[in-house]
Amino acid sequence: MSKKKLMKGNEAIAEAAIRGGCRYFFGYPITPQNEIPEYMSARLPEVGGCFIQSESEVSAINMVYGAASAGARAMTSSSSPGISLKQEGISYIATAELPCVVINMVRGGPGLGTIFCAQGDYFQATKGGGHGDYHMLVYTPSTIQEAVDLVYEAFDKADQYRVITYILGDATIGQMMEPVLLPEFKDLDKLPKKEWATTGRTDTERHIVNTLEMNPDKLEGMIKHMYHTYDELKKNETRYEEYLCDDAEIILCAYGTVSRIARTAVNKLRAEGMKVGLFRPITVYPFPEEAIGKLSEHNCLKKFLVTELSEGQMIEDVKLAVNGRKPVEFFGRNGGNVMTSEDLMSVVKGEK
Amino acid sequence: MEKVVFQKSNMLTDAPLHFCPGCSHGIANRLIAECMEELNIDKKNIVGIAPVGCAVFNYNYFDVDMIEAAHGRAPAVATGLKRVLGNDKFVFVYQGDGDLASIGAAEIIHAAARCENISVVFINNGIYGMTGGQMAPTSLLGQKSTTSQKGRDIGRNGYPVKMSEMLAQLDGATYIERVSTHDAANVRKAKQAIKTAFKCQLENKGFSMIEVLSACPTNWGLTPVKAMEHIKNDVIPYYPLGVFADRRNEK
Ligand SMILES: Cc1ncc(C[n+]2csc(CCOP(=O)(O)OP(=O)(O)O)c2C)c(N)n1
Repeated sequence: MSKKKLMKGNEAIAEAAIRGGCRYFFGYPITPQNEIPEYMSARLPEVGGCFIQSESEVSAINMVYGAASAGARAMTSSSSPGISLKQEGISYIATAELPCVVINMVRGGPGLGTIFCAQGDYFQATKGGGHGDYHMLVYTPSTIQEAVDLVYEAFDKADQYRVITYILGDATIGQMMEPVLLPEFKDLDKLPKKEWATTGRTDTERHIVNTLEMNPDKLEGMIKHMYHTYDELKKNETRYEEYLCDDAEIILCAYGTVSRIARTAVNKLRAEGMKVGLFRPITVYPFPEEAIGKLSEHNCLKKFLVTELSEGQMIEDVKLAVNGRKPVEFFGRNGGNVMTSEDLMSVVKGEK
Repeated sequence: MEKVVFQKSNMLTDAPLHFCPGCSHGIANRLIAECMEELNIDKKNIVGIAPVGCAVFNYNYFDVDMIEAAHGRAPAVATGLKRVLGNDKFVFVYQGDGDLASIGAAEIIHAAARCENISVVFINNGIYGMTGGQMAPTSLLGQKSTTSQKGRDIGRNGYPVKMSEMLAQLDGATYIERVSTHDAANVRKAKQAIKTAFKCQLENKGFSMIEVLSACPTNWGLTPVKAMEHIKNDVIPYYPLGVFADRRNEK
């Protein structure tokens, strides 16, 4: 019987990735995710894997491009400014339909910003970030156990759909310690073979990893194919949690670390007799728009309150899902500041 | 009796090359193919990496598995690839001078420093061919280009970059040689150099790069013959030919 272990988020995530099949990791130091490359540098050689501290985030993501082309389970992690540098490579990887995992332990920004917790990279993660028409499967863990479980599955999803699985974490998820149950090692020999990988041609077939297409019809076809995959993601992989939403008059909408604060606020407000609920997207791409749309039709519901560590990014997706049926209000903190549950309670009560 | 004295290497596909008349990319492609063939590398064990630049379509020309990398990133892509494939597979990287010496300067330096067991063929034609003849980091002083219309000027543009000399300083660089394509004798020497670099990888001795001085008649505004004369008279004096690093005995 495996037992729960007290682990720091970054280290737990690194171990979960390895147990999920990650054998190649390329990264560049940046706070607050340094424990991931540090852990990988020591641990990967023990399981026959390979760690490289790259010369930059640009190189790290391109090393992932090369390793993923060869069919390996490859990963990189960084934090906001470093993720900006990876955007070129992310666009190429998404277009070449190479499976891989990218982790962003978001810090405050823009610019060099701060190393503390923030959620300002939502647009970058969900709406593109790099150039062109593409998306990634984006998970937002709110506990270290959830981060472990999502990272453990991330490679399976990436392989299945040939997409980038992206973990939109934050400084708190990376730095906090919580008890976690680690999953068993996946048997890499049992994974489906990647016939498309550039591991050397066969007698009859060459494999080519490429994103260049000068024929407009063919390129349009390639992009349509990617969007067909995104439709499949929407159908099969959209995840969210509804907490006390059925009879709620006000529904708080939050993801990641903020959703835990919102849950505390909901519990306290319920104890005071107020009908408040929490909607927590677990995937923010695909966004759980249908579920929010349904909630917005509840007669008892008066409004949504979106709360984020930004000036308001996810609120745009919530508004699209609500489609004018109910008011959508916002409360945010920024710059590394984090709201308290009391802050949220006052906002709900109209005191703030 | 007819005797075959020359034929296309079986490492190349039948796709027609898109290079301009007199361009050295075609020569370099042929030499790479012939070297792989003559070294008896099994096609099934080769993966090549094409750059962004005039050689971007190289994935159509080599009859092996190919990856098309982002501009300048080929050495990083090759690093990830080779670390997965291991030394049983052969990885060659093909880059232009804008690709390798400008936007990808960091990637090539650190691939060399790590002594990645890959072979890089570096086409130095002193210009950005694909985008229409802008100044390259390797353009000669006084060289006219669409972004240095009165000629490359030290005050405005600084000095040309000598990549072979630079990379040779790195202990990780096992074999670095500069060759030229301006006449038949030099093309033969270029082929020997590429073969040496490929052998270096096959013997697991680490990073090698062959810098190939190349002609771009179209963007130099010269006829193919004049372009070759330009290499001999003007380019080689600034970029001397020779072996700049040979650490094969240390590896
Ligand atoms: C990030 C990025 N910047 C710029 C370009 C445009 N671009 C395409 S090829 C090229 C220059 C290629 O020159 P070089 O590497 O010298 O190769 P050549 O075409 O001369 O063979 C540039 C700047 C690009 N594709 N990507």
